[in-house]
Amino acid sequence: MSLLAEVTMAVLWVGLTAYVLFGGADFGGGVWDLFAGGTERGREQRTLVEHSIGPVWEANHVWLIFVIVVMWTGIPSVFAAVASTLYIPLTLVALGIIARGAAFAFRKASTEVWQQRLFGATFAFSSLVTPYFLGAVAGGIVSGRVPAGIAEGDLVSSWVNPTSAATGVLAVGVAAYLAAVYLTRDAQRQGDLALAETFRRRALGTGLVVGVLSLIGLLVLRADAPGLYAALTSGRALPLFVLSVVSGVVSLLLLWWRAYLAVRLTAALAVTGLLWGWAVGQYPYLLPGVRIDEAAATEAVLGATLVSLAVGAVLLIPSLWWLYASFQRGHSEESRGHGDPQ
Amino acid sequence: MVASELLAVAASPINLLAARMQMALSLGWHIIIACFGVGMPAITLLAEWKGYRTGDVSCQLLARRWAKAMGVLFAVGAVSGTILSFEMGLLWPGLMGTYGQVIGLPFTLEGIAFFIEAIFLGLYLYAWERLPPRQHMLTGIPIVIAGVASAFFVVTANAWMNQPTGFELEQGRVVGVDPWAAMFNPATPPQTVHMILAAFMVAGFGMASVYAAAMLRGRRDRYHRLGFLIPFTVAAVITPVQIGVGDWAAHFVASNQPVKLAAMEGVFATERGVPLHIGGIVVDGEVRYALEIPYALSLLAHWNVNAEIVGLNEVPPSEWPPVNITHWAFQIMVAAGFALLALGVWMLWVWKRRRDIPGTRWFLRAAVLAGPAAVVALEAGWTTTEVGRQPWVVYGLLRTAEAVNPAPGLIYGFLLVAAVYVVLTVATVYVLRRIARSKPVPTAPQERDVTDYPVV
Repeated sequence: MSLLAEVTMAVLWVGLTAYVLFGGADFGGGVWDLFAGGTERGREQRTLVEHSIGPVWEANHVWLIFVIVVMWTGIPSVFAAVASTLYIPLTLVALGIIARGAAFAFRKASTEVWQQRLFGATFAFSSLVTPYFLGAVAGGIVSGRVPAGIAEGDLVSSWVNPTSAATGVLAVGVAAYLAAVYLTRDAQRQGDLALAETFRRRALGTGLVVGVLSLIGLLVLRADAPGLYAALTSGRALPLFVLSVVSGVVSLLLLWWRAYLAVRLTAALAVTGLLWGWAVGQYPYLLPGVRIDEAAATEAVLGATLVSLAVGAVLLIPSLWWLYASFQRGHSEESRGHGDPQ
Repeated sequence: MVASELLAVAASPINLLAARMQMALSLGWHIIIACFGVGMPAITLLAEWKGYRTGDVSCQLLARRWAKAMGVLFAVGAVSGTILSFEMGLLWPGLMGTYGQVIGLPFTLEGIAFFIEAIFLGLYLYAWERLPPRQHMLTGIPIVIAGVASAFFVVTANAWMNQPTGFELEQGRVVGVDPWAAMFNPATPPQTVHMILAAFMVAGFGMASVYAAAMLRGRRDRYHRLGFLIPFTVAAVITPVQIGVGDWAAHFVASNQPVKLAAMEGVFATERGVPLHIGGIVVDGEVRYALEIPYALSLLAHWNVNAEIVGLNEVPPSEWPPVNITHWAFQIMVAAGFALLALGVWMLWVWKRRRDIPGTRWFLRAAVLAGPAAVVALEAGWTTTEVGRQPWVVYGLLRTAEAVNPAPGLIYGFLLVAAVYVVLTVATVYVLRRIARSKPVPTAPQERDVTDYPVV
């Protein structure tokens, strides 16, 4: 086993986790935008959604690009196999991402109601369908329907199958749940307790639904992907699965007690447990019969990529820190600016 | 390799065509937006700096509007760029499966640059009224650097496709990769410099076009004049430099990709003292109806009137790029470049005599066309390098037909993508027009609050 390959896979999975947690909530925000109600009634909720995802949605794209690029650099043949067999749902994901990002940007720049409605509907609809297809892609891989080689898998049944249906619906549910949890705290911080209460109810409701969906998903796995099922329920992935279930239950309790900040952590843990449970359950296989060390790029490539990412982090972390610090300081210096005579 | 030959057979012509069209559409679209992302930050900072130094309100308002337009373009560029990273695998798994690891490094670095750009653009937009002006301008500098760096990294990957180095092949498997050598391949210097300058020209002439159009409609106040002058000057100064760099790039192609040069110039037989063809159509292996300048191609390509130019006859016809497309794309690029040079000289001439923008309607009409002309030059240049490399996706090593996804039905994906891009284009143009005109200036997508922004 090559250590660099393992580290690269771990880094890839950290990126995927970040995408699911932040990008997921971002998609979920769009889902709540869809269910916010009519133009007038839903305005408050939509403003909160816009407020919360506005500064972060572009950074969330970076996580997705990161995952894709590390895939083709680190495990090129696996990337080619996944992309070519699952090109239909992945094309739909790509279209959803275009529609969603562009519509969000355009809605913000629009002032007339009909335009805001049009762009808003596009944004919200694509927020609902895109995570479904992403989840379906994961389901295709999980259930071993993506073989090695280019376009070797079935173009339709690789993503239209029981596991993909379960993971797709679960992905939408997780996105909506994470968003509701994050938005509850955001509304509370704004001092809008009624709105916080609305999202609390939604978080509780979707939390229960996601719990039920996970159980159904587990039964589907037993029938459709017995290897992963065994790893999750009795194998080495069991601790992570338990972590996920316990965090999920604790999250519901915390929501009940209105501990909105703490529930952010446990909700994220519940989702992280599922993701890493999947990774550990499948390890060391990436695709049926394809082990990490067989698929990994050469050591020189993995080394250069990891070093670049480390150097990149050294540049990025202080930049991000400066961004947040300036935002804080900015509020107290509101009056200073370009317009002032200096 | 047997497997890749099987794939080439499996990939029907319509599939290959659909994949190439989809890539051409989404990359050709993204490249325009990306050019604004590279060039606009510097031009905006220039206006902001001028506004800060002189207290000129027009400069300040221009910088503010441009910053917002940058925000919208950056958002659209982010999504259209994300799609491209998908398409690398969806459309070209044969390329990525084998060579993904060789060209992965520059994309990783580009991702980091993009992240930095996103962070500082957020800061720059958010902090407009919140940071002292000098500090605010400092937050713009990383945007400029990261934008240029992004262009550099991405183009190194394309340069590698023209000059694949930094790895060894053993029975079709890539071994012994040196990702840094792949990134700094021989084609990297001319291609990256040419592309980065092109980005500044597209952004500069594109921005100037908008104000030239307004001036043509009679709005000749200081705001519109400056809105024209600042970006136009930047682009006009770069144009002659770009023509020099273009010559360097063409020399590189002449020495390293002679078949591409032969297609660009319509040279079918290897000869000495080869004439330059201007215009013309290739029919049955010769260029017809062209203006011929004797010895000129030998002179231009190798600085010697008797230099030998390699003709297409050196390789079998199955390895010829589509000659007419390559020939015309190259000529259109050169023609647009010289037209833009002439426009800059016209402006300089009048400015030297009268310290003013040429007032004639003809100049303004030409200036309105300068933006589209720069985009045409960009697309034509890109077509030259991409179509001229065919049938290879990795020059001399991997055919495009072997790289394409053999799964059936790519044509439907292309049609869907095309429909989405039509809508995206209409919406982008509409929103940018609003940003150019509306008061108050609309909110950029990265800005947190609508109400927090009392705009100039």
